[in-house]
Amino acid sequence: MADLRSDFVGIKSPNPFWLASAPPTDKEYNVRRAYEAGWGGVVWKTLGIDPHVVNVNGPRYGAIYGADRRLLGLNNIELITDRPLDVNLREIKAVKRDYPNHAMIVSLMVPCEEEPWKFILPQVEETGADGVELNFGCPHGMSERGMGAAVGQVPEYIEMVTRWVKAATRMPVIVKLTPNITDIRKPAEAAMRGGADAVSLINTINSITSVDLDLFAPEPTIDGKGAHGGYCGPAVKPIALNMVAEIARDPALSHMPISGIGGVTTWRDAAEFLALGAGNVQVCTAAMTYGFKVVQEMISGLSEYMDEKGMTSVDQLVRRAVPNVTDWNQLNLNYVAKAKINQDLCISCGRCFAACEDTSHQAIAMTDDRTFSVIDEECVACNLCVNVCPVEDCITMEAMTPGTTDPRTGKVVHKEYANWTTHPNNPAAAAAE
Amino acid sequence: MSQKVFEPGITAGRLDADAYAAQFSDLHPPLDVHEALVAADRCYFCHDAPCITACPTDIDIPLFIRQIATGTPDAAAKTILSQNILGGMCARVCPTEQLCEQACVREIAEGKPVKIGELQRYATDHLQQQGKHPFVRADPTGKRVAVVGAGPAGLSCAHRLAMLGHEVVVHDARPKPGGLNEYGIATYKTPNGFAQAEVDWLLQIGGITMKTGSSLGADITLDALRRDFDAVFLAIGLGGVNALGAEGEDKGGVKDAVDFISDLRQADDMGAVPIGRDVVVIGGGMTAIDAAVQAKLLGALNVTLVYRRGRDRMNASVFEQDLAASKGVRIVTHAEPVAVIGNGAVREIEFEYVDDNLVGSGQMLRLAADQVFKAIGQTLQGDALPELEGRKIRVDGTGRTSVQSVWAGGDCASGGDDLTVTAVAEGRDAALDIHMVLMG
Repeated sequence: MADLRSDFVGIKSPNPFWLASAPPTDKEYNVRRAYEAGWGGVVWKTLGIDPHVVNVNGPRYGAIYGADRRLLGLNNIELITDRPLDVNLREIKAVKRDYPNHAMIVSLMVPCEEEPWKFILPQVEETGADGVELNFGCPHGMSERGMGAAVGQVPEYIEMVTRWVKAATRMPVIVKLTPNITDIRKPAEAAMRGGADAVSLINTINSITSVDLDLFAPEPTIDGKGAHGGYCGPAVKPIALNMVAEIARDPALSHMPISGIGGVTTWRDAAEFLALGAGNVQVCTAAMTYGFKVVQEMISGLSEYMDEKGMTSVDQLVRRAVPNVTDWNQLNLNYVAKAKINQDLCISCGRCFAACEDTSHQAIAMTDDRTFSVIDEECVACNLCVNVCPVEDCITMEAMTPGTTDPRTGKVVHKEYANWTTHPNNPAAAAAE
Repeated sequence: MSQKVFEPGITAGRLDADAYAAQFSDLHPPLDVHEALVAADRCYFCHDAPCITACPTDIDIPLFIRQIATGTPDAAAKTILSQNILGGMCARVCPTEQLCEQACVREIAEGKPVKIGELQRYATDHLQQQGKHPFVRADPTGKRVAVVGAGPAGLSCAHRLAMLGHEVVVHDARPKPGGLNEYGIATYKTPNGFAQAEVDWLLQIGGITMKTGSSLGADITLDALRRDFDAVFLAIGLGGVNALGAEGEDKGGVKDAVDFISDLRQADDMGAVPIGRDVVVIGGGMTAIDAAVQAKLLGALNVTLVYRRGRDRMNASVFEQDLAASKGVRIVTHAEPVAVIGNGAVREIEFEYVDDNLVGSGQMLRLAADQVFKAIGQTLQGDALPELEGRKIRVDGTGRTSVQSVWAGGDCASGGDDLTVTAVAEGRDAALDIHMVLMG
């Protein structure tokens, strides 16, 4: 079994799976059981200044479902901890004392002034916690009060607060970023300028999960009204992966450690975050859906994968895919593929045909006996047929061998790499001679 | 266990009173909402779906399943019923494993088709249990059509004609409408008075006058109907039963399986229906299976279904054969009845083993029997009918007979399988053709 021990900005944990700051990490009772279940670390649910906040007494969550009510997306309007500061601090200290080898990070959110930070940080430090995470991401409720995403959406504020925090504590500082911005690199750069040890992302995405079509109110509905919440769970993973990659591949930010968050549900999701540049991952929705035990599959799966790849430490996986994330204009236009349907696997549902015929390139032929085949003269290798086929590996994209002729264009496939920057159709193309 | 189980002869109440309700309850309990959503989600929404092609009534199955999946079962029901007004009954009795579900791509892929029949029932039950009728009549055309037979073909034809604005009078010889739906299908397939409830629901369209106890030949004649109506649709089914051709078949205890099934359907108390200890059913179709299974459910100790050919030639589907086997029915193939033995009442029945071509082997089989059900096919009855083709009324693709202004469909007409769903399709298509002819 591969060694999954993790060292993230000097914070050590038995594995790279941390529970994100959220209801699962709200109290001692839960965090002890989370560690016992196998979680490598927790980010304690965000602390604030007393008097503590209050939550709504109606529904806090809304969900998007797939087949068989599989939860694909979760939306919440819960605020930071609604328990007194001293209770949280006392519990953090007790847990950390009993679990010295597990990571204990404390999430913080206080008003955007220096004094409250100087007030709270020493008290957190006194618990023996391993680090703090600055919650600049919460997109609902707290942002209305000038905290959370209200800070995270203004790079200058991020930099300012991070600098205050770094000046007031010796603990590692992780800045948690909101995705509710246009370019994730700007807040990440601000965190870096402020002296952050790492960034974590993404926090939740502004969302309305659904509308009650009888009440004409957004869900979750509180007495006939609804407010936008923060979206998380498997549905946000692609958005989170892109944002992690954007930071990881930016030369100015490439040394910035990243804690990857956003829809991590399985070991594979976690491995993908690591490959795109995350040093560890944080998980919330999967635990909220399936309970703490779900980490056991993440541990066994990642371990098995690393063994298969001959990797002996998590670091060997981190950033492995980053060099292959590029801009569109760097993609090889001389690479030509064609869809190929495996007739032995095909169950003749015709979904590829409907998709291609109605919405793509009319590149699939259908016979009276429901045999479906690709018309190479029309196929642009868009991949839609692969995506809609219900049978795994039934349709594949096969690269054409250089030197052969693409029946669609009548042109020979070149083996040389060539991209848009030099293409004759590009008005801005650099001269190729 | 009741000691009456072992009692020889034909007797009622072989089981404990409370056993009957369980024995004759719904074969497939209806899907609940979540089960329906999960089942619906398995549909791939195939292009030009093979299940539609396999359905004799061409129901747009992927569409209705998607309508279920999106929480609109009443819209799904309308999709079904617009093609097949008896979609509720067909959902219960169709041999889906030979039709839509056999064609389902998931049957090919995994051997587990989408549960089309059960989903169809979910949708149609949802609508019909609210008493909603989703169709309205067109403006009156002033045309009148007589339908003879209130079975699946007749009801389907009558409904479509009424919907198109015609006045329809339906005659049926039996006391209740429904035909085989009411009298000819195993009780556990359509319990709780579903057949009559469906007829009542269907008649909500309006414009249909139901005359039961009115039989062709005795109470009405084809000539008179032709004179009094603009068109006639014959859906009289097959009233006769083939003879065994075995010595002694007139002995007591030998009965037509269709009558046994009918008696069961009309019985208020299953415990009052007499059944033999040793029952032999002769035949290989759905009727034979329905009789054999129900004999077992009534408490017969030994039930043997004997068919003269191999299992692969049985008209009953593999599902039906397996159902019978699971209930404890013994299936004997390649045996032809030779003699019914007994002094007044049957005691034994003798068969000769035959090969695939029905050539006798000289090897004999004797089975103890105090009751024998004949289920070897039904025949058309009646005089002064249009020209026949073989033993059925000859019709063209839209049900036209040799007689001007007379159409026919269902089991009495040539062509098509003798299935409820086929009868519904034939009735519907004849109605459309009648409409076209009458309206010019």
